[in-house]
Amino acid sequence: MRDVAVVGVGMSKFGELWDKQLRDIFIEAAIEAINDCKIDLKDIQALFIGNYSAGTWVQQEHLGPLLADYLGISPKPAMRIESACASSGAAFYIAYMAIASGLYDIVMVGGVEKMTDVPTENSTTFLASAADREWEAFLGMTFPGLFALMARRHMYQYGTKREQLAMVSVKNHKNGSKNPKAQFQREVTIDDVLNSPIIADPLTLLDCSPISDGAAACILCSSDIAKKYTDTPIYVLGSGQGTDTIALHDREDITIMKSTIEASRKAYSFAHLEPKDIDVAEVHDCFTIAEIIEYEDLGFCKKGEGGKIIENGETEIGGRIPINTSGGLKSKGHPVGATGVAQVCEIVYQLRGEAGKRQVSNAEIGLTHNIGGSGSSCYVHIFGRKKR
Amino acid sequence: MFIFLVEKRGDLMSKPTSPRIWQLAERRYRLIGVKCENCGKIFISPRKICPNCKSTKLIDISLPRKGKIYSYTIINAFPSERKNYGPYIMAIVELENGCRLTAEIVDCKIEDLKIGMPVELTFRKIGEESESGIIYYGYKFRPIS
Amino acid sequence: MSKIDNIGIVGYGAYIPIYRIKVEEIASQWNEDAEQIKKGLNVECKSVRGLDEDEVTIAVEATWNALKRAPEVNPKEIGAIYIGSESKPYAVKPSATIVAAAIGASFNIRAADYEFACKAGTEAIISCIAQVKSKLIKYGLAIGADCSQSWPGDVLEYTAAAGGAAFIIGEKNNKTIAYFEGQYSVGSDTADFWRRDTIQFPRHTGRFTGEPAYFKHVIGAAKGLMEELNLKPSDFNYFVPHQPNGSFPLRVAKQLGFEESKVKPGLISPYVGNFYSGSSLTGFCKVLDQAKTGERILLVSFGSGAGADAFSIVVQDCIEEKRNLAPKVEYYLNRKVFLSYGIYSRHMSLIRGVNYA
Repeated sequence: MRDVAVVGVGMSKFGELWDKQLRDIFIEAAIEAINDCKIDLKDIQALFIGNYSAGTWVQQEHLGPLLADYLGISPKPAMRIESACASSGAAFYIAYMAIASGLYDIVMVGGVEKMTDVPTENSTTFLASAADREWEAFLGMTFPGLFALMARRHMYQYGTKREQLAMVSVKNHKNGSKNPKAQFQREVTIDDVLNSPIIADPLTLLDCSPISDGAAACILCSSDIAKKYTDTPIYVLGSGQGTDTIALHDREDITIMKSTIEASRKAYSFAHLEPKDIDVAEVHDCFTIAEIIEYEDLGFCKKGEGGKIIENGETEIGGRIPINTSGGLKSKGHPVGATGVAQVCEIVYQLRGEAGKRQVSNAEIGLTHNIGGSGSSCYVHIFGRKKR
Repeated sequence: MFIFLVEKRGDLMSKPTSPRIWQLAERRYRLIGVKCENCGKIFISPRKICPNCKSTKLIDISLPRKGKIYSYTIINAFPSERKNYGPYIMAIVELENGCRLTAEIVDCKIEDLKIGMPVELTFRKIGEESESGIIYYGYKFRPIS
Repeated sequence: MSKIDNIGIVGYGAYIPIYRIKVEEIASQWNEDAEQIKKGLNVECKSVRGLDEDEVTIAVEATWNALKRAPEVNPKEIGAIYIGSESKPYAVKPSATIVAAAIGASFNIRAADYEFACKAGTEAIISCIAQVKSKLIKYGLAIGADCSQSWPGDVLEYTAAAGGAAFIIGEKNNKTIAYFEGQYSVGSDTADFWRRDTIQFPRHTGRFTGEPAYFKHVIGAAKGLMEELNLKPSDFNYFVPHQPNGSFPLRVAKQLGFEESKVKPGLISPYVGNFYSGSSLTGFCKVLDQAKTGERILLVSFGSGAGADAFSIVVQDCIEEKRNLAPKVEYYLNRKVFLSYGIYSRHMSLIRGVNYA
């Protein structure tokens, strides 16, 4: 197994990109990634794309060859990988495997989603396909509804407070206001969160990540040739994947995401690291409660204490374990297929020292955590400035 | 004078089809689940492999029609198939035999909702494909009074 | 030809949705005098279907209650399922087979939907009696259920309500809660109330729906049955006629010679309105909820178009052990949530161009 490095990253702005089509948004991110390092298009041996549901949102499937064509790399291989909101986290995992196995030396991996061409209620229906269509969505469940069920149970079992959920949104908006690519650049207060329209009680609009368009891309290569393309390669130290039941009602305890525990333990052991070694992390805050549960399941605190550590400021940029310095999905935006690789972009910026006003000092090791659906799939990657 | 709604075919993309509904209809009407003969675990969806013990010996069973609420939420942002339905309650219900499922709670005052509230099965419309399309029925739960 | 022997009711059940709308609420919508209307119709409010309820869901709930009261019946032994209704969600596609699926009936089943305005439910019962009698089936399921429609702003709007009842018919034995003594029907081409195929709401002919329609046919069927069975009003403990409002039943009872005390127990329309095909049948269920062994009931349904079905029924011992196995009509009468006219109009799909689900 070879070591793999990330040599170039790029992202489009995330937001409601009314005048842009899916393919153009992706190519924008791809070009930025190519320009971020000394690579030529002809060096790219394969393209891996994470996308959730272009077939329903813009009626376009077969994204692999489509984007390879528009990237100008045909007839090179290209494929699309889907894992709901973890689509590009999964694509990154596949791309990593492709290079680590020796099959390829240099590949591009990215993610893209165009969600705003349809009315909001249609997006709500499409997002519910990430849950169990026949036994959850069919009966009227929505995606925010699932996390609302988790929130209510978390509050009931551990005494987590409604305000602690709101604090996640406040922190992420504060971070996002320092990120020029973020969809929302304004700060919010706890009261703003509590008073915003209810989406699925107890979650309000500001507890939920938005509907967004966007794309992210990065160039991976075998670590022994990384220095050819950049002075600051960021190495993949560990990778892990896990699943949990598709339906929330089939889980023993809906406040635990087994997929996160499985994926992160695998990644930590691969990298010979522990949660306390992580300097900065991008976790999947599709809803504020998700971030709180993820603090616990990633090992940053004990089960049930997620609310406490956000209240104590431990996950702020200057805190013990800065989380979602990019603004997270909440403020940066959540074009579903693009999120996984966008998280990688932020960790790369952090480890290179290029994160501007969001910079965490002495960031050596970073972690990305990307889930799909209500945590039915999970991909965790750990990155470092030095090789394993 | 009444103006009749013209069906927009694009909307049909997000609606289930008659054959797909028919495949599970009877199970949804009568609350039929499966039980693993090996380890005893019970599921609402008709699985062929038990995720608990990996046995393939799963048989149909009639599930109890009463249970209690394990967790609940009030949905206020609707999917397209419920665009004008109004806020509704969704919950995970734990049936008397421990099996859990996801269902809407009806005939219920929001103030009465709480974790542990006893509920019983009712047969209701889940939705319809369109004004000219198939109607689909299934399980919902209401408070036991 | 009216005598029936050896056929009884194995189980019975009713269902009424939880929602109501008061006469005052409807009257204030149309600038009408609520007090006059309440006096004239003897109705204070009516039941309204939930947004997710229809004739089929009401039929299933009523049937489940009937099955609870017939624990010895295996649904697979039901040989025929007939539903009477004038508010079927499908003009073409039987509601009866959906009920069949909801109770786990056998693939070998006779099923159909009946229509004869408000007497379609009793038509279903007659069919089941005949099939059990001819030994074509062991048990038959007969249901009358409706989510009644009325033209907004019309007087019918104060009474057209939602509800239904179900009966399992089988051979008379010690497991039947009541048995049929006789049955007599009348019918004629009298267009007092109708609904055209593509039109959402029914029309009626005002006062013409009284004498020449309701009274002529109810009295005709009741008198016809009593004559053939050699019975008089004093032989009956209860009289349950069709209940288009709260006053017609009392008037027709008086005309036939039944005391008010025999009508009141089964009179539910003052509290929940007129369930059309479910109307007299649900009133009948309420009587069964309280009747004692040996008591005799005269049930007369009326359907516009027009016709009436009369039944003489005698209660048996088994009612005592079975009546508490399922919720009584009183339970449903007491469950109430009142709606404003605006919410009511959504429940009744009165606003065109809006698809709720």
